[in-house]
Amino acid sequence: MNKFQPAFLLGLLLAGCANERVILLPSTDGRPSGVVVRDAQREIVLDKPYAASRRWLSTVAYDASVSDVEERFGDALASRPEWPSTYILYFESGGDQLTAESRQALQKVREEIARRAACEAMVIGHTDTVGASSENDRLSKVRAEAIREELVAAGVAADKIEAIGRGEGDLLVPTADEVDEPQNRRVEISLR
Amino acid sequence: MIRTYRLLACAIFAAWPSFSALAADVAGMVKTSKGEVSIERDGQKLLAVVGTPVLVADRIRTGSGGAVGITLRDNTLLSAGPNSLIVIDKFAFDNKTQAGNMSVGIRKGTLSVATGKIAKRTPESVDFHTPTSVLGVRGTEFVIEVAGNDE
Repeated sequence: MNKFQPAFLLGLLLAGCANERVILLPSTDGRPSGVVVRDAQREIVLDKPYAASRRWLSTVAYDASVSDVEERFGDALASRPEWPSTYILYFESGGDQLTAESRQALQKVREEIARRAACEAMVIGHTDTVGASSENDRLSKVRAEAIREELVAAGVAADKIEAIGRGEGDLLVPTADEVDEPQNRRVEISLR
Repeated sequence: MIRTYRLLACAIFAAWPSFSALAADVAGMVKTSKGEVSIERDGQKLLAVVGTPVLVADRIRTGSGGAVGITLRDNTLLSAGPNSLIVIDKFAFDNKTQAGNMSVGIRKGTLSVATGKIAKRTPESVDFHTPTSVLGVRGTEFVIEVAGNDE
């Protein structure tokens, strides 16, 4: 038996001695979270914060600690990009004029753009249900384009902005047709 | 003979934009970069500074003092610590329909992940993998380490 051990161990080394681990973290927004770790032998479900799996020859479950995470992953976590953020700006009826309140809110968007590294943006325009649906498709696009220009002026590179219109097809407040609903006359801006 | 070469050069030149358009499958962008960080693409090594686009099939490598943060187009946040090698094997995302899929590999080092819109909508179309294991993801934040692997 002893005779075989060195060869056995060498074989294991040749098979690769990658040491791997996976740790589930608490989710920042409190949403339920989970990861399933699967290798050739088995499957481990991580479904609680700090539930972890460790693999060396075979995979086992264990409970990681906050200090374990900080020690091993501190550098990676410190380099995490800023979380994406979303703003909704509202328009006066029938055109691409922002409401007075939303003009003020736009200032916050400008400040965030100035702070973000290599900011990219997604702009989605919407309308209420007043008017023909084809006209609203056009108007939602006009609103998105108006905001795109504001974002370019605020410093986002033009080719890093995607602006689309969704017409009256994606109402924030569901209404019947031909309803003047201020909350549906909007543009959603997502910064990342 | 020279004319033939010229023709050939012209043909290659004319075809070039379409080649690069095909290759330019943008998956995300470098948002943080510290120390030695590079992207290996088509056999070339590029410096991964803040603002560098990350394409499908890119290999992102950090040196011993390096760390990098990348935001993918579906708002997935990836960040790697020192001595890491991360590969974007697949990434597709349609902003209008929110449909997409992704597959990201960690060959060595440390990777932190905060999943984005694809994982929220269709978690089954997202996977992360190590040299020995595949991670199925229901969300949202987790870390992976691969030590002692020589790629």
